[in-house]
Amino acid sequence: MHLDDMFERAEEYRAESAGVEHEVRVCMAASCQSSGAQPVFAALSEGGQGDACRVKAVGCMGLCSAGPLVAVAEVAAPNEAPVLYRDVRAADAPDILASVGRQPVERLRCPTDQPFFTRQQRIVLANAGIIDPDSFKGYVAAGGYFALIQALTEMTPAEVVQEVTKSGLRGRGGGGYPTGLKWSTVAKMPPGQKYVICNADEGDPGAFMDRAVLESDPHRILEGMAIAAYAVGANKGYVYVRAEYPLAVERIATAIRKAKRAGFMGNRIAETQFSFDVEIRLGAGAFVCGEETALMASIEGLRGQPRPRPPYPAQAGLWGYPTLINNVETYANIAPIIREGGDWFADIGTERSKGTKVFALAGTIRNTGLIEVPMGTTLRDIIEVIGGGIPGGKAFKAVQTGGPSGGCLPAAMLDIPVDYDSLRELGTIMGSGGMIIMDETSSMVDVARYFMEFCMSESCGKCVPCRAGTLQMHGLLDKIAKARGSAQDLALLEELCDMVQATSLCGLGQTAPNPVLSTLRYFREEYEERLAAAQV
Amino acid sequence: MSAPAKNPAKIRVATAWLDGCSGCHMSFLDLDERLIELARQIEIVYSPLVDTKTLPEQVDIGILEGAISNEDDLARAQEFRRRCKRLISLGDCAVTGNVPALRNHFKLADVIDRAYRETVTLHPQLPTRDVPALRETVIPVHAAVAVDLFIPGCPPSAETIWHVLGELLAGRTPRPSDLTRFGA
Amino acid sequence: MPIPAPPTNVRVVTFQIDGRDYSAREDETIIEVARENGIPIPSLCYLEGLSTWGACRLCLVELAGSPRLVAACATQVAEGLQIYTDTPRLQRYRRTILELLFAERNHVCSVCVSNGHCELQALAQRYGLDHVRVPYRHVAYEVDASHEMFRVDHNRCILCTRCVRVCDEVEGAHTWDVMGRGSDCRVITDMNRPWGASDTCTSCGKCVQVCPTGALVKQGTSVGEMTKDLHFLPYITRRRHNR
Repeated sequence: MHLDDMFERAEEYRAESAGVEHEVRVCMAASCQSSGAQPVFAALSEGGQGDACRVKAVGCMGLCSAGPLVAVAEVAAPNEAPVLYRDVRAADAPDILASVGRQPVERLRCPTDQPFFTRQQRIVLANAGIIDPDSFKGYVAAGGYFALIQALTEMTPAEVVQEVTKSGLRGRGGGGYPTGLKWSTVAKMPPGQKYVICNADEGDPGAFMDRAVLESDPHRILEGMAIAAYAVGANKGYVYVRAEYPLAVERIATAIRKAKRAGFMGNRIAETQFSFDVEIRLGAGAFVCGEETALMASIEGLRGQPRPRPPYPAQAGLWGYPTLINNVETYANIAPIIREGGDWFADIGTERSKGTKVFALAGTIRNTGLIEVPMGTTLRDIIEVIGGGIPGGKAFKAVQTGGPSGGCLPAAMLDIPVDYDSLRELGTIMGSGGMIIMDETSSMVDVARYFMEFCMSESCGKCVPCRAGTLQMHGLLDKIAKARGSAQDLALLEELCDMVQATSLCGLGQTAPNPVLSTLRYFREEYEERLAAAQV
Repeated sequence: MSAPAKNPAKIRVATAWLDGCSGCHMSFLDLDERLIELARQIEIVYSPLVDTKTLPEQVDIGILEGAISNEDDLARAQEFRRRCKRLISLGDCAVTGNVPALRNHFKLADVIDRAYRETVTLHPQLPTRDVPALRETVIPVHAAVAVDLFIPGCPPSAETIWHVLGELLAGRTPRPSDLTRFGA
Repeated sequence: MPIPAPPTNVRVVTFQIDGRDYSAREDETIIEVARENGIPIPSLCYLEGLSTWGACRLCLVELAGSPRLVAACATQVAEGLQIYTDTPRLQRYRRTILELLFAERNHVCSVCVSNGHCELQALAQRYGLDHVRVPYRHVAYEVDASHEMFRVDHNRCILCTRCVRVCDEVEGAHTWDVMGRGSDCRVITDMNRPWGASDTCTSCGKCVQVCPTGALVKQGTSVGEMTKDLHFLPYITRRRHNR
């Protein structure tokens, strides 16, 4: 398919929408569905709206705590914030439909001039909550697949890699490895069979960024993967997604089917020599399968266990062939980078962390949900301004970032600009973007124990330090938490933390002590209180 | 072997066996003629091997054989810790729990049933007097009180015991692993 | 003048181990070179002749200029490397790893058929491990004695997977595999059927010979009677390479 055909397609779609003046968008992502979006959508759809008003199922709008969310947008004014309704019930459908084009329904309104909306910068989530994730044409009309065509027809693979390198994009899965460097390593491997993999095995407690992207804008991932495949010389891709995300799986499967039918996947894409095909592989819920070598083993049909690196996947990955593995959010950034240029992307963010980052806000925070902010935004802005602070008049105590591999930061650290390096220096990690906010009633020893229990039960059992070390660390934490521990127990815990960190085989084990180490660093007095309680 | 005269220059040693087979004490007796030499340097102030019935207040070296299985074992280990300058775990039962700890795989009630009911043909009954209550899990000595030196082995050989005591009496820190190991 | 030698694609590198100079082919691993030269790097999962597993973490070594430890079994030598195999830090970690193994399952040496011939027991002694500081886990696992010649005691298994690899890679039967997660992993025969009912087991006994502990043993052995012979493995692999 050529660029001309593309424009034609987009035009077609716009023509279909010619008479539509208003769109009633219903969030049909997993969290709004779980709070009852389906009957709302059904009621609105049956509401007998005219041709001028279209009811549309869309992806995540971000403010999950206020779901089900419905937005009424004026098609002619795409830059204006739509009228947003919160906690919508099916019974509210007639009022909403009646209000379209007139006065909004005040009792349901959710103000969109609050920082939660105004302080965000959406690149990854640009289409989320606006387009219908199941509509191929909707994605194209929003500018989708242009970047792929552009890359295929106007750029050499090396130029694509260069653009990504220039952007300064770093892996959004947790480690923050420079994406351009990863791509160029795979690209430099001799031609032959190569693979690209999308890691959608999001498993951190409290993290749902990847799920939302897959549910809201699946074609964006496919486009990013296709561009990556072109850049590194691969022709086969896998989306490894956990089976606990049925809606995401369904949407990505639909997207693959539609992209194939439209000629954006398969042989000779856009009449070039480039062929690319994607298959879905379902993970069976093992956290360790998010580790890239374990993930590849799982795709190969083996037990999901990591193996020593090197060789890195870029050299010898899936079935021994050079393989590029990136996370969902990383791929979601690719099309905009190609479209707008690496320099544009590099202008956003901090010195060493470019672009934006999607965070999932969870825990005791007023605005639970998904946000996207430029790298370098301070924790205080994210939690107090965008997140709306702690509800119920309680005081903030700590924020946990990076899931079981991350750590807890205290109030004194809130003015730190968030990027890969600043968080690492403070003893936690960016991770995939989960943020769990805790108020003064949370016990940090309990938090550390919780994450250690997670690591213990998710340890694959291959290497001794992780398998048996997390078990013993959990035992010690439990003992201390129950006020039965001694100073020797704490010393032994710290010794085990050091040992497990230094000797474990894969990242899961190496980072498992982080929640303990960071809480010891910032909240040591809480451990000591429990030890003192044991003396009594 | 209790020394007839109180010699203040002698190192005061106490031993006890907790939940063990007494094999480690037998191994101690295997020192044979070297016991005489040892008796010139140490005084056994409390032990199953001597007549004294109470543990003195001040002891230089305490040696415990056996794991902690019942409340009496625990109390004795604690008492040893309080009164002994240095405490030694002698043998695998004291060091690891060893064979007595194999019962930890079963529930305590099942263990008691097995011992006092299922295998008894005449008047099966549970002991309630003069028998210390069993603890839920068998633990090594150092899981209850701080231990200064560990001598693994089942039992540790007389050579090992000789070496360790010799080093201690000479004021050096012995390295039992040079001579013994778990299960030796 | 002789015919010029054909170009060789084998490169030789020089490096140091514990301060002494060595040279080796660049595709050799640190542990291979160390063992060739009599430098004792401990390991429980690595075995010459089997694929690299990298799980016991006992063979970790230090490289000068790098805070990260590397597994000697999974790291190839390179020009100029300065490798340290027995630093106080490594000794401490190794002792702790051994402690964790002893605490994980029921390794009661005194009543083990492999007493005195056990790699775990020997390493504990070598590293001066005279007691285990962490609590013993005390979880009972089954003993499968259904095979007429051999027996597997999961209580003594350290999950090194030597049995899995030798069965798959050398015998070609792939009777053994691993199931479960974390400390509750178990080696299994076929699809977790009793060993004696296995369709694939050839009763060759290789798994028993390579097992470092008393987990896989011959039937009819009593305490301390089970000795193992690993010599067949390098012999077979050498013969296969020659072919």
